[in-house]
Amino acid sequence: MPQASGTVAINREKIFDDVREVLEEALGADAEDITPDATLTGDLEAESIDFLDIVFRLEKKFSTPSKPFKINQGELFPENLMENPSWVSDGKFTDAGMAMLKQRMPHVEFSEFEDDRDVNKVGELITVKSLVDFVERKLRA
Amino acid sequence: MRWMWIDQIVDFVPNQRMAAIKNVSLAEDHLHDHLPASGSEPAVPVMPASLMIEGMAQTAGILVGSVHGFREKVILAKVVIARFDADVFPGQTIRYSAAIQRMEAAGAATSGLVERLRHDGPNAGQWEAIGQVDLMFSHLDQNMAGIEFPQENFVFSDNFRMILRSAGLERLIETSQQVNKSTGQQSVPARC
Repeated sequence: MPQASGTVAINREKIFDDVREVLEEALGADAEDITPDATLTGDLEAESIDFLDIVFRLEKKFSTPSKPFKINQGELFPENLMENPSWVSDGKFTDAGMAMLKQRMPHVEFSEFEDDRDVNKVGELITVKSLVDFVERKLRA
Repeated sequence: MRWMWIDQIVDFVPNQRMAAIKNVSLAEDHLHDHLPASGSEPAVPVMPASLMIEGMAQTAGILVGSVHGFREKVILAKVVIARFDADVFPGQTIRYSAAIQRMEAAGAATSGLVERLRHDGPNAGQWEAIGQVDLMFSHLDQNMAGIEFPQENFVFSDNFRMILRSAGLERLIETSQQVNKSTGQQSVPARC
C-alpha cells in the first residue's frame, strides 16, 4: 500500500536522523560525515568504550514510557569472540564463527567479509546503516 | 604529593549519588605553574580544569565502585562532557556532585555538577554552579576484549580507602572484604 510504504520511509528517515544525533553526541562526529556507509571504528573513529556510550544513548533515544528500548550486552556489538575456539582459529572466523556472527548480528552485512574473516576487523563492518537497521528491527519486534 | 584530588566525601546515597569537596590551597605546587607569569603579566594561580575533571572522576569512580562493593576495577574510560564556565582560585572550595545515569556489567555513565564556594565578596558562602563533567567508566574485568587482569583491585588503593574512612564509610570496605572472602555476594552499603 502506498500509504504504508510512505510511513515506513518516514520512520526510517526519522530513525536515521536520531541515530545521527546519537553519533554526533557520542563521537563528536560532524553530521556530514555520518553517512549510511560510514563505519563506526574506521570513518567515525569510535573506540571500544564509545560502543557502550552509543548503546546507552540509543536506549535513551528510542525508549518510550510504554515500550523501553533495552539493548542486551553483546546484542549490538560482538564481545568476547576469542573465548570460543570453535568460532576463531588463527585469528580468523571459522564457518561456525561466521554462522554465529550472522545469527547474532542480522543488522550487519557480512558478504564482503567472507574471504577475509579477520577477527580484528569485524568491528569495521558496523556502519551507520547497521545501527539504523538494528534500531528499526527492534522497534518493529 | 599523593594523587588525591578530593578532600572529603560530604554526601552519599548508595547506588545513586556522591558529593565530595576539595579545598584549593596556594600550598599546592601546581598552582604556581598554572598560570605562570609571562612578560609583564603576573602569575594567575587557578585550579586547572584537567584536575577538576580528575576530581570528578575520583568522586564518580568511588560512587561507581561502591555499587559492587569495590570488587570491580573501575577505570575512567571517557570524558563525555567537560564544560567550565568560571575559574576556581586558591582559598575557594570545589564541590563535585556525581550521579549514576546508567550502570551495566561492562561499565557505567555518570553525570556531574561542579560548584564553587567563595569565602569573600557578595556571593560568599553560596555554592555557584561553574561546570559540568559527565563521564563513562569501564569495568576492566568485563571488558569486551575478554582480557584478564590481576585479581587484586589496584584501582581502589590506600588513598581511596583513606578518603572513605574519613567520610565514615569504612564499613563499606570492611563489608566488601568480608564478602570477598566468604559468599561473594554484594555488600550492604554504609551510610554517610
